Amino acid sequence: MNITPKARLAAIAVAGTLALAACGSDGGSGTSSASGSADANCVSGSIKASGSTAQLNAMTDWINAYQTSCSGATIDYQGNGSGAGIKDFINKQTAFAGSDSALKDQDKTDADARCATGPAIDIPMVGGAVVATYNVAGVSKLIVTPEILAGIYSNTITKWNDPKITAANPGVTLPSATIAAFHRSDSSGTTDNWTTFLSQAAGSTWTYGHAKDWKAPGGQGAKGNDGVGAAVKATANSIGYVELSFAQQNKTSTAWVDNGAGPVEPTSANAAKTIATATVAGSGNDIVLTLDYKTKTGYPAVLVTYEITCEKGLDPALVPLTKSFLTYTASDAAQSQLSANGYVPITGDVLAKVRTAISSIS
Amino acid sequence: MSTTLEPPGTPAPPVPHPGIKGAAVRRGDRLFVGLSRGAGVLILVTMAAIAVFLIWKSIPGLQANTANFFTTAEWFPDQKPSVFGIAALTFGTLMTAGIAMLLAVPVGVGIALFIAHYASRRLASTLGFVTDLLAAVPSIIFGMWGIQYLTPHLVGLGQWLNDYLGFIPLFANEAGIYSRSILNAGIVLAIMILPTISAITREVFVQTPRAHIEAALALGATRWEMVRMAIFPFSRPGMISASMLGLGRALGETIAVALMLSATYDINIHITQPGGITFASNIALKWNEAGTIGLSALVASGLVLFVITLAVNMAARLVIARRAEFSGAN
Amino acid sequence: MADLTERERHGSDELLHAALAGGKLPRWAVPALGVGAVLLAFLLNVTTSVDGVAGTLVVAVLIFVGAQTGWSFRVEGRRHAVDRLATTGVYATFLIALAPLVAVLATVIVKGAQVISSTFLLTSMRNVSSVAEGGGVYHALIGTLEQVGIAALIGIPLGILTAIYLVEYAPSARSRRLGHAISFFVDVMTGVPSVVVGLFVYTAFVLTLGMQRSGFAGSIALTILMLPVVVRSTEEMLRIVPRDLREASYALGIPKWRTILSVVLPTATAGIITGAMLAVARVAGETAPLLLTTFLSQSINNDPFSGPQASLPIFIWDQFTRGTDASVNRAWGGALVLIVLVMLLYLTAKIISRFTGVKKF
Repeated sequence: MNITPKARLAAIAVAGTLALAACGSDGGSGTSSASGSADANCVSGSIKASGSTAQLNAMTDWINAYQTSCSGATIDYQGNGSGAGIKDFINKQTAFAGSDSALKDQDKTDADARCATGPAIDIPMVGGAVVATYNVAGVSKLIVTPEILAGIYSNTITKWNDPKITAANPGVTLPSATIAAFHRSDSSGTTDNWTTFLSQAAGSTWTYGHAKDWKAPGGQGAKGNDGVGAAVKATANSIGYVELSFAQQNKTSTAWVDNGAGPVEPTSANAAKTIATATVAGSGNDIVLTLDYKTKTGYPAVLVTYEITCEKGLDPALVPLTKSFLTYTASDAAQSQLSANGYVPITGDVLAKVRTAISSIS
Repeated sequence: MSTTLEPPGTPAPPVPHPGIKGAAVRRGDRLFVGLSRGAGVLILVTMAAIAVFLIWKSIPGLQANTANFFTTAEWFPDQKPSVFGIAALTFGTLMTAGIAMLLAVPVGVGIALFIAHYASRRLASTLGFVTDLLAAVPSIIFGMWGIQYLTPHLVGLGQWLNDYLGFIPLFANEAGIYSRSILNAGIVLAIMILPTISAITREVFVQTPRAHIEAALALGATRWEMVRMAIFPFSRPGMISASMLGLGRALGETIAVALMLSATYDINIHITQPGGITFASNIALKWNEAGTIGLSALVASGLVLFVITLAVNMAARLVIARRAEFSGAN
Repeated sequence: MADLTERERHGSDELLHAALAGGKLPRWAVPALGVGAVLLAFLLNVTTSVDGVAGTLVVAVLIFVGAQTGWSFRVEGRRHAVDRLATTGVYATFLIALAPLVAVLATVIVKGAQVISSTFLLTSMRNVSSVAEGGGVYHALIGTLEQVGIAALIGIPLGILTAIYLVEYAPSARSRRLGHAISFFVDVMTGVPSVVVGLFVYTAFVLTLGMQRSGFAGSIALTILMLPVVVRSTEEMLRIVPRDLREASYALGIPKWRTILSVVLPTATAGIITGAMLAVARVAGETAPLLLTTFLSQSINNDPFSGPQASLPIFIWDQFTRGTDASVNRAWGGALVLIVLVMLLYLTAKIISRFTGVKKF
C-alpha cells in the first residue's frame, strides 16, 4: 500500500521523539545565578502561575532558588501580562496570578467566585521603579521634573535644548536635536503606573489621565519593556520609560527626577522609600497599596506588583506548594535579593501583613 | 470544476480482479466516500464553530461600546465608557498587506519563473529547496530580524522616498522619523510571503505540460513568449491561489508586525512615518492586559478580520472561476 | 522586405542565414554590457550626486537594461528585445529577493551558532536565571515535536481525505453543491489568521469547555491552521494527475476507491508530501496561537496532554521579550534550532518522495 512510506515516516518520527525524550535533562542548576538557596519547608509537586511581566525576572530567580532547594517541586510562571494572568486564575488554569494592579470590579467578583469558599486576596510581593531612560551623547546625568516628562510625552517639548530642560540641567550641554520619545505599544501596567505618576505629579501639564493603553499623541510605540529599552539604546536622542531592571540590564542612562525637593536618583533604595510610605487599603488579608507619587523623599514613579490567590478555597492539591513558595518569596532571604536585579523589596509593616496573609492561606 | 471524469456507470469488470467481489467494491467505495466526505464536512463544522464563537464572544464588547464600531479609530474597550472601533485597524491592515502584495507577487512569480524555467537544472533543485525552506521560516524570526536589523537599514529608503517623491502625500514625511512605519511593516510582510508565493507558483510552473512548452518553442516563440503563451495560462489558477495564500498570511500576520509597528490608532496616509496598527498585531498587543470587555472587543476585531478574508476569497473565487478551463490535464 | 532583397542580391550564405534566423547579439554582449554599466554607474557615482552602494547598483542595473534592450531592439527586433528585458527582469527579481532572505538566514545562523552546543540542545531552562548564560531548548524541542506531531497526525489524513473528496467525488452532480461549499471554505480557512484561530481555541476550548492550556490545546489550533494548506496543495496535485491514468484504471475494471489509492495518490505522492511538509513547516513556527493556547514551562514535560509544556516558538518569544543579552542570544539559538528542525523534516520528506514519486503499477 502506498501509505506504508508515510507510516514509516510517522514511525521514525515517533521513535525519534521517544529517543530524544530519553536523553535530555532538566539540569540547569550549575548555571543558575547566585540567587542563594531557599531555606524553605520543601513541598513537592507542581503548580502553574501566570501574569505580570514586570515581576517575571524576579519570579524566575525565586522559582530557581526554590526548585534548587526543593528538587521535587516544579513551579511554572508564564509572563503573559496581568490581564491574562487574572483571566487564567479565574478560569482555574493557575494557582496564583501575578498582577500590576489589585483586583477590582468584575475581576474581583469573578476571582472570589473561583475561590468558592473564601475571598481572593491581593498580596504585594515585588516592588519596582519606572524610570526615564535616555540616549543622548555626552549627557551622563539628566535631571527632569514631572512637568518636563509630561511635556515630552504630550509632544509639547520636542527639542532636547528646550528652555525647560536646560533650566533643570544647568551646566549641561544639550543638543538641539528632536526628541524621539518611545512609549509602550502594548497594554501594560508599566504604562498605567507611568501615566498615573504623570497625572498626579505633573498637574495640569498632563491631560491624558492614566490607563494601561497609551493615549497621548506623538512619539513611537515599541512592544514591551525590552522593546522600548532596545529602541532607546539603538536610537540617538531618544527617551523612553522602562522598569528599572530593564534599564540596568541594557546599561542605559536613567534620568533623575526632581519632584520639588531636589533631584532623586532612580535606584532600588530610593524607590523602596516611596513604597515604604504607601498606605494600605483593602480589608483583612487583602492588601492593596496606595502609592504617593508626589513624594518628596523617595523616587516617585514606583510600582508594586501583587500575587493574587485564594485565602480559602484553592484546590487542596495546590495549597501546600503555593503556600510554601509564597512563604519563601516573602522571606527576608528572598526579598533581600530583589534589589540586586533592579527590583524593590517590600519592607516593614507591609511585609509583616504580607506574611500574615500568606500564613492564612488554606 | 470538471476536471475529473466520472467512472463509467457500473460496468462489470471485463476481467474480474482477483480477490475483489462486487459487494466488497461497493462497500469499499461507500466507506471511502463516507470518510472523505466526513473530512470535508468536518472542515465546514470547524469554520461554522469559529464563526459562531467569534460572534457569540464579541456580543458583550459590542454592546458595551459607546462609539461607532466601524468609524472609530481609537481602541479603549476597558475604560469607562468603553470606546473602540476598527477604522485604524482596517486602514493599517489593508495598507500593509497591499504594500506587501504589490512587492511580493511580481517578485515571487519572478523567482518561481527563474527556478522553474531559467536556472540550470542543478541550481534549480537547490533553489527550489531553499525557497521551500524559507517559506517555513517562522514569522517570529522575521520579526526579530526586522526590528533588530532591517528597521535601521530602511531609514535611508524612507528618506529617499521623502526627498524625491515627497510631493506625493503617501511618501511625505514631515516628522523626520522613519522607523516603525507602515512601509517598513509592509516590506517585512513582503519578504515573509515571498517564499510562500514562489514555492507554490514554482510547483505549478513545473507542472506545465512539456507538450505546451515545446509547441510554443517550435512555433518560434522566444522564451518570454513561451512563458506568456504556455506557462501563464496553464498556471494562472495556481498563481492566484498562491497569491491568496500570501495575502492571507499578510493580512493575518501577528508577531512580526507587533514587533515592527509603532501602534498608533489613527489613519495616517504618510506611510513612512511611525504609526499604524493591524487587526492581528492589535490582538497580540492588547490581549495580555485585556479585561472582559477588552477580550470581547478583540474577538470582535477578529471577527471583522475573518469577514475580510471571506470577502477576499470570494473575489479570488470569481477570478479563478473564469480561468477554470485551464486547470487540470485537459 | 527591402533589406531582404538586398541581402539576396549579395547571395552570401552567412547573410542568408542571418536573414532567416534574424539578427543576434554577439555572445560577449551581455557580459560586456554588464561591465560597462557598472563602470558607467561608478563614474556617475564619482562625478554626480548618485551616492551609496545601493544607489549605484540601481543605476547600473538601469543602464544595463536600457542599453541591452535598445541594442537588441535594433539588431534582433522587438520580440527578442522584450525577451531579453523579461530575462533580465526575472534574474533581477531573483537577486532582489535573495538578498533579504539570505540576510535573515545568515543572521539566524550567525547569531544562533554562538549559543548552540550539546548542552544547549540537551538541557531545559529549569533553574536558569534570565540574566545568566546557559540553559537550553530541549524542553521546547520536545514540546514542538509533540505538538506539531499530533497536529500532523490529525491534520494530514483529514486534509488528504478532504482533497480526495473535492477532486474525485464532489464533481459528480449529486454532491456538487457540498463540494463547492467545502472548497470555498477551505479557501477561507487558508486565510483565517493564526491569531484568530488561537482566539477561537482559547474562547471555545479553554474558556467555554474549561480545558487546561496545554500542548494538546496548541495542537488543536495547529491542526486547524494546517488543514487547509494540506487540502489546497493535495487538491492541486490531484488535479494535475492526468485523466488518462484514471481512465486506464477504470477501463481495467478497478473500482474507484482502489484507483484513487493505488493510481491517483501514488502519482501525486511527491507533491502531496511536499505540500504536507510545507504545512507542517508553516505551523511549526506559529507563535500567536500557541501564546493563547499553551502554557509555557521552563522544565521538561513529555506529556502534551497535561501540565504546561514549552515549544520552540514560545521559547523564542519568551527569551526574546526577557530582553537580557543572555536571553536574546538564547532566542536566536532557539530560532536556529527551529529552522534546522524544519529543514530536517523537509529533507526527510524529499528523500521519501524520491522513493515513492515514481510508482510502478
